[in-house]
Amino acid sequence: MKEEQDYINDLAEIRSMMERSSKFLSLSGLAGVMAGLYALAGAWIAYSVLNFTPQTISSEYYQSVNASSNLTQLILLACLVLVLAVGTAIWFSYRKANKRGESIWNATSKRLLASISVPLLTGGLLILILLSKSFISLIAPLTLIFYGLALYNASKFSYEEVKYLGMIQIALGLLSTLFTGYGLLFWAIGFGAVHIVYGIFIHIRYER
Amino acid sequence: MHKAFESRVRLGIMSALAVNDELDFSSLKEFLDVTDGNLATHLKKLTKLEFIDEEKSFIDNKPNTRYFMTDKGKKAFDDHLKVLEQIIKSQK
Repeated sequence: MKEEQDYINDLAEIRSMMERSSKFLSLSGLAGVMAGLYALAGAWIAYSVLNFTPQTISSEYYQSVNASSNLTQLILLACLVLVLAVGTAIWFSYRKANKRGESIWNATSKRLLASISVPLLTGGLLILILLSKSFISLIAPLTLIFYGLALYNASKFSYEEVKYLGMIQIALGLLSTLFTGYGLLFWAIGFGAVHIVYGIFIHIRYER
Repeated sequence: MHKAFESRVRLGIMSALAVNDELDFSSLKEFLDVTDGNLATHLKKLTKLEFIDEEKSFIDNKPNTRYFMTDKGKKAFDDHLKVLEQIIKSQK
């Protein structure tokens, strides 16, 4: 006959298996902090080196010819930040998964990726279409909104906190739509500051 | 209490399938950290009890078997959880 402790262990193991087989928990908090730092650095370069001030974003400035090269630089900068952030996230997840004896490419990470990719690709394509039609001012808000939707959607398959991260990004994106002149500022708050706070929180809560 | 759940591996298989619509052999193997033979034996037992069922297909010409919980399995697993909870409660 089993002891009480055995039953408690059984329940604990059932719970752990349910979590392990449905959630990808190798997302790294430190990668979140790094992504935030890249975003802040990117926003700073956009602001001070490329002279991309909040006021220029919604004015007719970008209809002018000399602005188009500036815009190209800005897009390249944004892409660089994105590649660095995603690369860091994958590398840190890979290390964390290894440490936990998990594979980074398993049933849970595939599902996580699938749930992220639909809102993110939709947003990405929409932004490309808007770019081609020179609707520049809506781009910063939309990156935040679609990123937030992707996170909210993906949170079922990872940490509960990802849901709140998503809701904050959506709220910032909507606010930013009201104040399009401050797109860069909202962008820096959402992708920079919020990521850093979130990353530190995850790191303290789950990684120590 | 059902004998099927006395084994850690079988309990693990049922737990994983309770929260996933379906899982293939290699995913189950990764989550449970057991050998192929061991996993296959336990899967066979659960299939025989009709607690789980399998669906065979081919991916890139390689056989791929996906497992899912049947209604009967779901009920048995839920009942098992209830019994576990009751035992723990009654002993407190």
